[in-house]
Amino acid sequence: MIELKVNGKMHRVDVEPDTPLLWAIRENVGLTGTKYGCGIAQCGACTVHINGEPVRSCAMQASEAVGKEITTIEGLAANGMVHKVQKAWVDHDVPQCGYCQSGMIMAAVSLLKEKPKPTDADIDAAMTNICRCGTFQQVRAAIHDAAKA
Amino acid sequence: MTFMPQMNRRSFIIGAATATGGLALGIDLPFGSKLAMAQGAAGPEVTAWVVIKPDDTVVIRIARSEMGQGTLTGLAQLVAEELECDWSKVTTEYPTPGQSVARKRVWGDFSTGGSRGIRESNEYVRKGGATARTMLIQAAANEWKVPASECKAENSKITHMPSGRSTTYGKVADAASKIEPPAAASVTLKDPKDWKIAGKGVKRLDTVEKTNGKMIYGTDVVLPNMLNAAIKDCPVFGGKLKSFDEAKVMSMKGVKKVVRVDDSSVAVVADTWWHAKVALDALPIVWDEGENAKVNQASIESWLKEGLDADKAFVGNQNGDVKAAIAGAAKKVEAVYSYPFLNHAPMEPMNATAVYTSDRCEVWTGTQNGEAAFAAVLEASGLPAEKCDVHKIMLGGGFGRRGRTDYVTQAVNIAKQMPGTPIKLIWSREEDMLHGTYHPITQARMVGTFDANNNLTGLSMRISGQSILAGVAPSRMGRDGSDPVVFQGLSPSGDFAFSYSIPNLLIDHAMRNPHVPPGFWRGVNINQNCIYVECFMDELAKEVGQDPLEFRRKLMAKHPLNLAVLNAVADRIGWSKPAPAGVHRGLAHFKGFGSYVAAAAEISVTGGNKIKIHRIVAATDPGHAVNPAQIERQISGSFVYGLSAVFFQENTVKNGRIVEENFDTFDSIRMADMPPVESIVMPSGGFWGGVGEPTICVAAPAVLNAFASATGKRIRSFPLKNHNIAFA
Repeated sequence: MIELKVNGKMHRVDVEPDTPLLWAIRENVGLTGTKYGCGIAQCGACTVHINGEPVRSCAMQASEAVGKEITTIEGLAANGMVHKVQKAWVDHDVPQCGYCQSGMIMAAVSLLKEKPKPTDADIDAAMTNICRCGTFQQVRAAIHDAAKA
Repeated sequence: MTFMPQMNRRSFIIGAATATGGLALGIDLPFGSKLAMAQGAAGPEVTAWVVIKPDDTVVIRIARSEMGQGTLTGLAQLVAEELECDWSKVTTEYPTPGQSVARKRVWGDFSTGGSRGIRESNEYVRKGGATARTMLIQAAANEWKVPASECKAENSKITHMPSGRSTTYGKVADAASKIEPPAAASVTLKDPKDWKIAGKGVKRLDTVEKTNGKMIYGTDVVLPNMLNAAIKDCPVFGGKLKSFDEAKVMSMKGVKKVVRVDDSSVAVVADTWWHAKVALDALPIVWDEGENAKVNQASIESWLKEGLDADKAFVGNQNGDVKAAIAGAAKKVEAVYSYPFLNHAPMEPMNATAVYTSDRCEVWTGTQNGEAAFAAVLEASGLPAEKCDVHKIMLGGGFGRRGRTDYVTQAVNIAKQMPGTPIKLIWSREEDMLHGTYHPITQARMVGTFDANNNLTGLSMRISGQSILAGVAPSRMGRDGSDPVVFQGLSPSGDFAFSYSIPNLLIDHAMRNPHVPPGFWRGVNINQNCIYVECFMDELAKEVGQDPLEFRRKLMAKHPLNLAVLNAVADRIGWSKPAPAGVHRGLAHFKGFGSYVAAAAEISVTGGNKIKIHRIVAATDPGHAVNPAQIERQISGSFVYGLSAVFFQENTVKNGRIVEENFDTFDSIRMADMPPVESIVMPSGGFWGGVGEPTICVAAPAVLNAFASATGKRIRSFPLKNHNIAFA
């Protein structure tokens, strides 16, 4: 039994310490917005924030996240207001199938925290998630737009 | 099929809550999803396609599947256009295949592949909307005791023109649902030039839930008392499961059961999927790999190579006398190309959730073909249609893979061994990579001939390799055993017509079917056929010192729509003017899935092997453009799918199994490599072409032709990584 603080709320979860954080979030905490894509930190569909930093949760043991602030896609909105990145995503109609987009949005939020006015090169360097539908053109435009908000 | 909406005067509620009967399952999907709400939509059904609630909410039924391509929104636009409803009040829901069968297939074909979602159902869904509009107007007219011809519908409101009286759809929907529908022949459709909702780039209807984590995909389904399953199928295709030692894992945490799923696979069922996977990885399994374990990539390739010279071949397109043209040629050009196996690799691995009792079997899954999934449930469960159903869930990508139903059958086979317990089966990424239905492997020998004046006199194209239909649908093959799908983009006429006129032409196919299961991979056979033809066209032009665009134009007088998209990209890229210093251009065009597509690329190459794509211009003429904004997204996305394949991807065979198990060895384009794509959507009207697939085929040859122009090096086998060529 370990304690995880997800989106500001404590959860006691019955997992082995080496359970990937991704599966603890999905199956034990019950938040399914964070997706499984590869299990080896390649695709980024499972990206969450640990103390504000983007982390591929499929490759992090749940026990490593104990005592830290875990934020998932479900926790981005604050005080009933969607995050400016989520708004930009809707404005630009970014998602196609949408399966990678939770991770994509979490990566974009981190980028903007780090670099509020990112260049195209900054976006290229930070956004390493895979999208098989190929939404990158809209992702780039939405990030630039969110940077202006 | 011909088909007209049927009336059903009963209030009709879709979803497991009413369909499960004795199972008392409920559609207990996670809360807050649009899907969960839509599944409970209640209100008078005006036609099979349209339900209108008293608050004027319009629920439009969508039979085809949404997997990112925008079909759900496009089909809703077409219904709404004819319905004359308020677009801001439109929601959608999926009818289930079981309900469709119970109502004599009132929603027609559910299959969503071949870029057919909109083009093959546009007419009857529009009639479903128009019929509903007529009935709503009639209901208002009846209430007012005035002729319907004096009433007009607009924006979900009906107005009696002479008196100015008005009412809303929500107020008359119940009465409308009891009216006899008009005769099918009396329902006329709008001229597309009068469209107000269709033809416009309206926002998708499914975006918000895809940005806040609430959209439910198959992997997210949660049912009461559900258990989770992880599966391993014999890694060698055609091999069998000999035995497994369940005693070794039964005491592991969370494990409930280890089950033989079928002849070749075993699954562990546990409280969580992670527990199931850990136990499965620890499970001792003995496979009977069979004869196929002797097959390797080299043996497949040499078998295909032999086919390039085989006597027996199926002819796909022929005119004139190619042999004579070759014999009498002043000049001859020859080249051999090849294209590898490719996994679809959708972001969401295959999965399905099934619950079985002796009296009922239901499945929740992302599928491109609800009816095929339904048929798989009937077969696997052994239960009749009225005791089964399939609930379609949003797909985390399809690309053709989810038109197959192997994962549905597996889920039912597992659930049957634990009656009453819902089982969610999720494949690991590795299982997904090893058990795809792969893009077929082919090679092609291209021979072009010229006369003394450098006119192209002949083209011979011998394809050797795999038939998809032989593996997937033998019943659709020719009586002689041929596979017409092989000739996509090369056919004499139709949706996949060859777009050049050449006096002597022979395109034929020596079928060679390796044991690796083939499938329809987004774009299907135009992907490699376009590379073969369009790269070779550049080779031919170079041989006679002609401009690639002018060389093509001379052969395209009888192909005006192909020429129009080719000219459009050439004009936009500035073909007639010199490229910027160090920048090189390439072109390609084709016809596929009823649409005309072209692309032009501007690239630079450093060190002879590092490609920077500066600019892509892509044009498509799909006849009618239902949502141009979504078409643009399909076009730009097609460059990700097509260029990922040509730069990075191949699946190779070693000891009968696929070598590449995850994205580390089967990479996909990321942001840094995404070229800027300018889309030109140029619907010429008069026909309905597909959108989701055609553009992929021109992505690779446009870039490959630019690379050849830059370096003088012609690449004829893929992916480019095997030639040490990469993105800069």
